[in-house]
Amino acid sequence: MPMRPLSGEELAKAVNQEYPGVAVDYDEVSAWIRPNRIHAVAAFLKDSPAHDFQFLNSVSAVDYVEYFDLVYHLTSLRQQSSAVFKARIYGREDLRAPSVYSVWRGADFQEREIWDLMGIHFEGHPNMKRIMLWEGFEGHPLRKDFL
Amino acid sequence: MTIRTEPMTVNVGPQHPSTHGVFRVRITFDGEDIVEVEPVFGYLHRGTEKLAEERNYVQVVTLTDRLDYTSSMINNQAYCLAVEKLLGVEPPPRARYLRTLTAELQRIASHLIAVGFFVQELGAFGTPLMYGFRSRERILELFEMLCGARITVSYMRPGGVFADAPRDFWPALNRFLEDFEDEFAEMEQLLLENEILMIRTRGVSPIPPEVAINNSVSGPVLRASGVNWDWRKQEPYDAYDQVEFDVPIGSNWDNYDRFWVRIQEVRQSIRIIKQCIAQIEPGPVRLDLPLVLRPEAGREAYGRVEASKGELGFYLVSDGGISPYRCKIRSPSLINLTVIERLLVGWKLADMIVSLGSIDINMGEVDR
Repeated sequence: MPMRPLSGEELAKAVNQEYPGVAVDYDEVSAWIRPNRIHAVAAFLKDSPAHDFQFLNSVSAVDYVEYFDLVYHLTSLRQQSSAVFKARIYGREDLRAPSVYSVWRGADFQEREIWDLMGIHFEGHPNMKRIMLWEGFEGHPLRKDFL
Repeated sequence: MTIRTEPMTVNVGPQHPSTHGVFRVRITFDGEDIVEVEPVFGYLHRGTEKLAEERNYVQVVTLTDRLDYTSSMINNQAYCLAVEKLLGVEPPPRARYLRTLTAELQRIASHLIAVGFFVQELGAFGTPLMYGFRSRERILELFEMLCGARITVSYMRPGGVFADAPRDFWPALNRFLEDFEDEFAEMEQLLLENEILMIRTRGVSPIPPEVAINNSVSGPVLRASGVNWDWRKQEPYDAYDQVEFDVPIGSNWDNYDRFWVRIQEVRQSIRIIKQCIAQIEPGPVRLDLPLVLRPEAGREAYGRVEASKGELGFYLVSDGGISPYRCKIRSPSLINLTVIERLLVGWKLADMIVSLGSIDINMGEVDR
């Protein structure tokens, strides 16, 4: 059975049905949600039988200079479907986002990597420290302004 | 009277013969039992994702060779698939078959190393590993015929492969397959029902399926945990929808199953290679794309393959320029290590290295 990717519109509709107003935008492949509700949306997508996204493929961050996008790729092994949701975080300094560590343990190292290289601090992660670089390193090298 | 011991913290690595590269882990022991594990990464961090932002789309292929250097072909494939998704193009059929074929050869080479070191760490010093290396050497020679390199192949390109296989390649491949089946049967006979191996690995460090899924574990480790999930089946890429193969699944979730799944996958890879040889037809091997690729601004793509270690994904974002705006690498080795705590805590010192070997990490890919 081939994989069925959930479109951004479907995902946004499903999220807004559970948490009205949380999905703010969508395109063909992904839906944007409010960054302060990442944890709630993650738990909903994982635990609701209609979606059942038990498997977190990857967590990435993209630096667009005015803002950062956090990108979550999900897969449901039982329903053979996939989805992508994003959260947009504005600013450069003291960035924070809720951790999904307690929902998907697989986010552990990836969230630490984002903190290390992109400088977004995940709240609720039990071991939020640098992963690739050493403690005391200045700056976050994957940011566009790091040369 | 019970005797208590003081917990002791031991540092393993980064220079240690059995940690598959520069992997470091701080382990706290209570006597012989492991009570706490803390992996420390970064000793091979080269900033591949940042480097990719400064090279054009074709040049990045050479960086992917250096991720998991035991399966460079598959890394090439994952990256090229992501770029093709970004551009919205499909390689010609002959290129798709050549990619499938070389990727499966590479999977055999990678699994032979994994299995060889796994048994070496159990104390079977030298022999099984050298059996594996003997066959792997032949595969590397085949790669040398294709592209002139053995490890850092850079054989694939967005839109196909670098060049068609030379005429001598096909007879050499057939000779290899003929010999390899016997050589591998010998290895199976030596290892699969080896009593020492079974006693040491059966029932050790099982990972239940729900734990494996929650920890985003993929590849042979996930399948050994009894989950039937293989991206070659679920989301066929290149020529995988044209070939038949089975997905071996573990039933006890333990170290032995992780070893067993890899042995079985080598058998399936041989099947796939034979079908590719039978089905491949003459034709172009590369799309006529411009030398400098400029995907449309604002487009993004997540290309993934079933690599020898698990799901290898490239998340590419384009800003319309000549190099990726962002190139995130979802590396299976790093994410499979999430289960390390579950794998080691509560088990004995003597099983530590073996359990670590059973998830088959590669530091080039963990640290990137």
